[in-house]
Amino acid sequence: MTRTREWLYAWLLLLPAAALLALFTHYPAVANLWHSFYSTPKAARPAKFIGIDNYRALVDDPIFWQALTNNLWYALGTIPLSIALALLMAVWVNERLPGRGFLRLAYFTPTVLPMIAVANIWLFFYTPEYGLLEQFTNALGFGRHNWLGSKSTALPALMAVTIWKEAGFFMIFYLAALQSMSPHLAEAAAIEGASRAYFFRRITFPLLMPTTLFVLVNAVINAFRLVDHVVVMTRGGPDNATALLLYYIFEIGFRFWDSSYAAALTMVLLTLLAVVAILQFVFLERRTHYQ
Amino acid sequence: MATSTTGIYAPHGPARVVETLGAWVLGVLWVLPLLYAFWSAFHPPAFSTRFALDAPLTLDNFVKAWHAAPFARYFLNTVVLVTMILAAQLVLVTLAAYAFARFDFPGRNVAFALVLVQLMIMPDVLLVENYRTMTALGLKDTILAIGLPYMASAFGIFLLRQTFKTVPRELDEAARIEGCSPLQTLWKVYVPLARPTYLAYALVSVSYHWNNFLWPLIITDSVESRPVTVGLQVFSSTDQGIDWSIISAATLLTTGPLLVAFLLFQRQFVQSFMRAGIR
Repeated sequence: MTRTREWLYAWLLLLPAAALLALFTHYPAVANLWHSFYSTPKAARPAKFIGIDNYRALVDDPIFWQALTNNLWYALGTIPLSIALALLMAVWVNERLPGRGFLRLAYFTPTVLPMIAVANIWLFFYTPEYGLLEQFTNALGFGRHNWLGSKSTALPALMAVTIWKEAGFFMIFYLAALQSMSPHLAEAAAIEGASRAYFFRRITFPLLMPTTLFVLVNAVINAFRLVDHVVVMTRGGPDNATALLLYYIFEIGFRFWDSSYAAALTMVLLTLLAVVAILQFVFLERRTHYQ
Repeated sequence: MATSTTGIYAPHGPARVVETLGAWVLGVLWVLPLLYAFWSAFHPPAFSTRFALDAPLTLDNFVKAWHAAPFARYFLNTVVLVTMILAAQLVLVTLAAYAFARFDFPGRNVAFALVLVQLMIMPDVLLVENYRTMTALGLKDTILAIGLPYMASAFGIFLLRQTFKTVPRELDEAARIEGCSPLQTLWKVYVPLARPTYLAYALVSVSYHWNNFLWPLIITDSVESRPVTVGLQVFSSTDQGIDWSIISAATLLTTGPLLVAFLLFQRQFVQSFMRAGIR
């Protein structure tokens, strides 16, 4: 094949995927920026250019700031704990503990369930008076508490759901990494007389670093991408205590139909995700240099 | 899964007892919410929050849930959706991955970077603009509209490109010498060798789209196009009273096929997710 023909061939192979990607990923990202500088079209008034007014409104919008803060707390509350649990689960499943099959199944099953089904199950779990949690705390002699209905516990209650669903997913990646580690490492370390804790801290954990990084990036994206449980369990309430950024975008865009303000809010989310991408790139670069 | 790398450092004596206990406590804690849903779904409403050993078993809740909402239609929609997305993904992703793995063309790196953008900016967060596009295309409230944004999957292209790159060049060249065109080479050499990757990708894709919720919720508003996840939400949020037994039954119903598939093919699932995650 001549050179030009090969180029042409390659581009033809790419064309279908490229067209769809352009239409549903690149175009909307750019169009979103464009529309954020316009007003929302109404029946009588077409959209008109309003400059950065949407962004001014955003800065003055207390609910936006709350959603952003909520989201950061949510990320901070779910990511480290689910990663730590995932690592623990992987180590346990990797060891020959009795009932390994059951344990792996128990840890991993929440991962296959839809978040919306999970949310329904946990909604029941948290129900005041009847729910399992309430029955349990009552039996222990604690007073009544509406977990999803009070501002102080609603967000942590959602975090628990997320951790429950995600830890098993991340466990899989740690498990894969643990199983691909050479047994000679442990043998050599044992000959040198390294203790178990020392071996884990100085050998296993550093070797798992790429996995941790991969899991971390996924966890961060998920913290900003997945709000199904908010829709089912709290609808952002009580008093916006559980409004996450994407949920707020969903409300503004599809309950209040203010599409241009929603576009401005989406820009904030896209910027956050871009920062994650850049950080990941920088860290991955460093890793390849290290190797 | 035969070799355990921590063999030497596996816990012994009291440490082993403590760790086994810890692992089991966590395991029980992890299945508890699910068992609870099973309990209330398979018992009469009177027992849904009362745990008595003599509680009678029943399938009533499932029957009631099935008749209370058009779940059969929702299931059909989901199956159509998931099949359509997977079929389109397999074709698009294979062609694009092949181009990236085995062709040298100007703009390849830029094009690949543009593909990877989707790993960060997923259709899940571009709700407002994609809704606008679907309206403009006249596709609102169709199953096609739910699937379209996901069909060119950056994740799939990335995964398959990695696999294709491991195929020895000699095989490729041998096929070319035999007179195969690039597309025939792709079909006869690359696709068969990438079968495990395809399986992994298919499982991940199917479970992702079976479970997807927010975008389908936004873009559909009729029984004819709603997938089960949205159907379940519409069902459980529109005044079912608070009959938890029926809601639990409906919840298990909607997750049933996936859960059964998972239990049957547990090993493949776990290994597929592993394979899909290793870069």
